[in-house]
Amino acid sequence: MTLIDQPVRPASSRRPRGARRPDSGVPVALLLPALLGLAFLTLPLIGLLARTPWSTLPQRLAEPGVLAALRLSLLTATLATLLCLLLGVPLAWLLARVEFPGRRLVRALVTVPLVLPPVVGGVALLLVFGRRGLIGGWLDQTFGFTLPFTTAGVVFAEAFVAMPFLVIAVEGALRGADRRYEEAAATLGAGRWTTFTHVTVPLVGPGLAAGAVLCWARALGEFGATITFAGNYPGRTQTMPLAVYLALETDVEAAIVLSLILLVVSVVILAGLRDRWINTP
Amino acid sequence: MTGHLLDARLAVERGDFRLDVPLRVAAGEVVALLGPNGAGKTTALRALAGLQPLTAGHITVAGSDLDRPDRRRFVPAEHRSVGVVFQDYLLFPHLNALDNVAFGPRRHGANRRTARRSAGEWLARVGLVEHARRRPGQLSGGQAQRVALARALAVRPAVLLLDEPLAALDARTRLDTRAELHRHLAAHPGATVLVTHDPLDALVLADRLVIVEEGRVVQEGDAAAVTTRPRTDYVAQLVGLNLHRGQAENNSVRVADDLLLTVPEHLDGDAFVAFRPSAVALHDDQPAGSPPNTWPATIAGVQRHGDNLRVQLDGPLRVAADVPPATAATLRLIPGQRVWAAVRVTETHAYPAG
Amino acid sequence: MRPRTAVVAGALTLVLAGCGAPGGETADGRVTGTVTVFAAASLTATFDRIGRDFEAAHPGSTVVFNFAGSSALATQITEGAPADVFASAAPHHLAAVTTADGTDGTPAVFVRNQLVIAVAAGNPEGVRSLGDLTRPGLKVALCAEQVPCGSAARRALDVAGIALTPVTLEADVRGALAKVRLGEVDAALVYRTDTRAAAPEVAAVEFHESAQAVNDYPIAVLADAPNPTAAHAFVTHVRSAESQAVLTEAGFQAP
Repeated sequence: MTLIDQPVRPASSRRPRGARRPDSGVPVALLLPALLGLAFLTLPLIGLLARTPWSTLPQRLAEPGVLAALRLSLLTATLATLLCLLLGVPLAWLLARVEFPGRRLVRALVTVPLVLPPVVGGVALLLVFGRRGLIGGWLDQTFGFTLPFTTAGVVFAEAFVAMPFLVIAVEGALRGADRRYEEAAATLGAGRWTTFTHVTVPLVGPGLAAGAVLCWARALGEFGATITFAGNYPGRTQTMPLAVYLALETDVEAAIVLSLILLVVSVVILAGLRDRWINTP
Repeated sequence: MTGHLLDARLAVERGDFRLDVPLRVAAGEVVALLGPNGAGKTTALRALAGLQPLTAGHITVAGSDLDRPDRRRFVPAEHRSVGVVFQDYLLFPHLNALDNVAFGPRRHGANRRTARRSAGEWLARVGLVEHARRRPGQLSGGQAQRVALARALAVRPAVLLLDEPLAALDARTRLDTRAELHRHLAAHPGATVLVTHDPLDALVLADRLVIVEEGRVVQEGDAAAVTTRPRTDYVAQLVGLNLHRGQAENNSVRVADDLLLTVPEHLDGDAFVAFRPSAVALHDDQPAGSPPNTWPATIAGVQRHGDNLRVQLDGPLRVAADVPPATAATLRLIPGQRVWAAVRVTETHAYPAG
Repeated sequence: MRPRTAVVAGALTLVLAGCGAPGGETADGRVTGTVTVFAAASLTATFDRIGRDFEAAHPGSTVVFNFAGSSALATQITEGAPADVFASAAPHHLAAVTTADGTDGTPAVFVRNQLVIAVAAGNPEGVRSLGDLTRPGLKVALCAEQVPCGSAARRALDVAGIALTPVTLEADVRGALAKVRLGEVDAALVYRTDTRAAAPEVAAVEFHESAQAVNDYPIAVLADAPNPTAAHAFVTHVRSAESQAVLTEAGFQAP
């Protein structure tokens, strides 16, 4: 599930071209389903591209609501990812490293947002953080602060849906990491926290990055929980997926353009980050 | 506290496994824990490092208890003055050599600049100053070993622990690294405990050997004592000796029902007899005149051993005999062949087993 | 799973419909086979009952429903989903289908729906009119203008000359209604039928400007209907007095 490739030294590039070793061939039994899988994933995208009204693209982009929605999407997805990192990495650590009764149950609970239809997730969030919710009611009465229909509410909804991706990726990385490095750090005088920040986190860096990317991408595309929990108001809670969905009601072409914009921006950002991560010495 | 920097009784009970090893190491002394795989050497080392709590016994360094279950005292690894060189070094892959070595000083309160300067000095001491910026993945095995040593020493530990420090190296690198490691261990002012299953490492690097088998100390002493007077088959094999136990009476030891070996020493009771494989001569027929220490044997196996052939013999005694090629040519050395074995009295060495 | 209850998964319904035998009219004039009805989500409860009645009246026939937002249904139909009948919550979605594929016969408005103010049961905020919604501190949900209930609300507010800032523009009626039900908003402009379905948790406050924002529901047999005979029979059934009674009971108005 790693999205970020490990840097690989091109050892094979020294081999002269055409000099195929017998083991360099890809078996058809793998290649065929692999290509089918690729086609399955990319054909819908091609379908979108084929229907894109390229000529009207600049006008669409210039529409004021579009940029606002895009900005809000990027902002909230990033904040949601930060929130997930803040809470999800320690949670992943707990699941991977600490034996406690009911750990299997907790691990299953972490995946609940994955299984739950996002709209139901949004309702669940309302029941807890809404104006009449368990915690939200108290927040409203004590501080006069409510989460629904605010940008913070969008971040909440996105983080709720996206966090399992981060937790699962990081937990897997932590389980795969060699714990003896942490012991080595301890013998050098590093306490638990320093070991975690200076050794464990860098060791699981690739897994962490993959988890964060998955988390960000999921948050960026989040629709159901967001519209249910945070509602839809331009500039405040209307993210790109919400704008796309509403555009779909009246104008399929507009929806396609909005989707493409979201797609291109996210791909550019991810590709940019990927290069940075890999090229850092 | 009788002048020993490290005073410990390492008792760990874990399922069926039981470790109970008393260990005392003076300042500046290098002690090797030598034993076969699964003997509990690494557990002992982890207990000293604070990575494995004792279930009984104690670990005392410079008079203060680091681990003493009966007094509910346990100092975690990060608060012990202990440096560890791990078997596969465990250099942090995300840090370069310099920052790996600086890691310890940083954790002990040095600021970044001081820690790096100190790390640079240690790298210089192990001859790797020009590799300071390399990541562990870019270092050779020998270089990584030296960085690991520098990293462990950089915290100036009272006790330095090394777990199979040369096991991960190829034979050629091992030779050079062993010599250099010896230099650094000799220079270390604290106590050093070295865990190894390689007798050569133990003999070259350590002042004293502690042989551990199945969680217990079976023999202890300096190199000379251990190599000349092995007390278990394992030690005998390690030092390349045939070892037999029997009842001594005057200058003979009954090592089998129908075999009495004559030895130079006079002693009584339970005793060991040791002799080198090269001291065993083989003959097609019974040597004339029935000299002492001859017996009929069957060849169980033959293999190359250095320049000689090592012949495993069955019979009243299971012994190994080293036969030079010239002699081998005159004998029919095939499994199942019956031969006569002979050991000169002066080549044997007997000592009490009690 | 009985086909009639297949309300959740549109895709699944399409598969079922695609596999069903076309059927049609038998020699003695009986209606048989499967009739696939794409209907606006707001018709779910009433059409379920109307479908049952239809099956009872025409033994050997089966009604398969695909309930979703009208625009989504229109897209599915223009992209080739095999449907016999389309009952839309707004004329322009049916018009879109008409232009693309054509319908068999003129679309007929079979029912109308009117906006009301949905409030929590007992109307704790004492909302009496559209103007009350502008009260400070009152949280109001509207539908987005892209969906029928939103455009109707916009019309009503414009007619009344009321400037209202909602906290959210919901993508559909259910979203707006859910927020009233959960107490996240104090009021929402939704259809009367929706408040009926949500009773007793939700109460409806009628307002006179709603007459300016009435929604027509047209129904038509599609040109590519796999089972046109049964399709026509179903449309006739929907427009019968018996079905109209079911619809009015749910809060719809006769056209």
